[in-house]
Amino acid sequence: MIGLLIRDLKLAVRAGGGFGLGLSFFLIVSILVPFSVGPDAGLHAVIAPGILWLGALLACLLSLDRIFQLDFEDGSLDLLATAPIPLEGVVAAKAMAHWITTGLPLTLAAPVFGVFLNLPGDGYFWLVVSLALGTPALSMIGAFGAALTVGLKRGGLLLSLLVLPMYIPTLIFGTEAARRGAEGLAVGTPLLMVAGITAGAVALLPFAAAAAIRVNLR
Amino acid sequence: MSIWKYSNPRLFMGWTAKAVPIFAVLAALCISVGLIWGYFFTPDDYRMGATVKIIYIHVPSAMMAINAWVMMLVASLIWLIRRHHVSALAAKAAAPVGVVMTLIALITGAIWGQPMWGTWWVWDPRLTSFLILFLFYLGYLALWAAIEDPDSAADLTSVLCLVGSVFALLSRYAVNFWNQGLHQGASLSLDKEEHVSDVFWQPLVLCMLGFGLLFLALVLIRTRTEIRSRRLAVLDARERNG
Amino acid sequence: MPDLGKYGAEVLSAYGATIVLLVALIWQTWARSRRVKLALKAAEARHSNG
Repeated sequence: MIGLLIRDLKLAVRAGGGFGLGLSFFLIVSILVPFSVGPDAGLHAVIAPGILWLGALLACLLSLDRIFQLDFEDGSLDLLATAPIPLEGVVAAKAMAHWITTGLPLTLAAPVFGVFLNLPGDGYFWLVVSLALGTPALSMIGAFGAALTVGLKRGGLLLSLLVLPMYIPTLIFGTEAARRGAEGLAVGTPLLMVAGITAGAVALLPFAAAAAIRVNLR
Repeated sequence: MSIWKYSNPRLFMGWTAKAVPIFAVLAALCISVGLIWGYFFTPDDYRMGATVKIIYIHVPSAMMAINAWVMMLVASLIWLIRRHHVSALAAKAAAPVGVVMTLIALITGAIWGQPMWGTWWVWDPRLTSFLILFLFYLGYLALWAAIEDPDSAADLTSVLCLVGSVFALLSRYAVNFWNQGLHQGASLSLDKEEHVSDVFWQPLVLCMLGFGLLFLALVLIRTRTEIRSRRLAVLDARERNG
Repeated sequence: MPDLGKYGAEVLSAYGATIVLLVALIWQTWARSRRVKLALKAAEARHSNG
């Protein structure tokens, strides 16, 4: 499984698609927001945690279809399905690879983009913490969506339609945690919820995703 | 080998042929009596004025929006465990009815709230939850439409329904959390327990019953259509392959 | 007709939208059912003759 993880990481970095693309998209969104809402720094400060979360979420969405698609197309997914590692493990490894190449860089880059949006000082720490806890859920939920649509030629839009509603709880709790942190309020409850959703997703979704992949490989 | 010979679809076609007209007529009766009673023969609410009359369409449709999804969930589980084709097709058939019910609930809910809140949409927790449910319905319908092989489509949409249900529930909780701090009293509270006296309650029950029967009739008709459609596809494929 | 007071537009548009949507749903359900039923009948006729 570690081998699979490393292989996927190498592929992602070499292909260059997901890694830099996600960060660039995140950057662009952070810059576009002031253009769309006006230059009032006070306003930016208020919406910064939410916008940064949203940007990270959308950037994550961009690279989801790559999780299984390439392996599906060249037949490797069939091989992986019959390999000694359980398919659920394969899914988990691939979701983790996705997170390492997408969610993690976005989490680390968020404070930098927070500067553009006048994120209040207290907010930086809690933004990173909430993203760190929440982005793995985004990768795992995304992997489930990718598993559902892996057989489809142009499943990208459908993938978004399926995955975005499932992102809503993580988004709500994540931004609440970041926002409350920025205002100096207690963040315990939303942070706990984010962690809980991530834990649940990581524990249970591999089974659902593996089931979906088996269906699509028939 | 024709699916028509499977006992399940045949039995289903048999009893539904008789049941559908009965349900349809009963539905029409309950809805018309309920709505006429509610619209013409109930007083205005001291707070909401005549808009209380919207309750007779908003509450039944909202109830059916949820019930439709629950039925889809149960049908999906039956398909995954027992592999009864009729179950899978029933889930597929229920989704369009459910999505229309959700839409009605959203529209009537928004219209009802407008005089109270002055805007055409409020992010009231309950309305917002229905909006999210609407999105889940759309995803489910889109996935059915996108997958060609019927059994694969049934499998994938069933798994989606299962996972989606968990997230829909989670969203409900999240949305309540999300809106509770903003401004208090933002909910279009019309819990049945809250001062819905008998004079409103009785026609409301009739309308809820009517909507339920309508749902039943429509889902049965649509499931029958799906079964026929499958049989048609089999025949067409056979013709094409000579 | 009950006097809807100042809420006439709201009540009527709510009922109107609902009726439109329900009628559309019922009509589409019935129309598709009929279409498929006839197509199946034709296909089965061809199947048993050809």
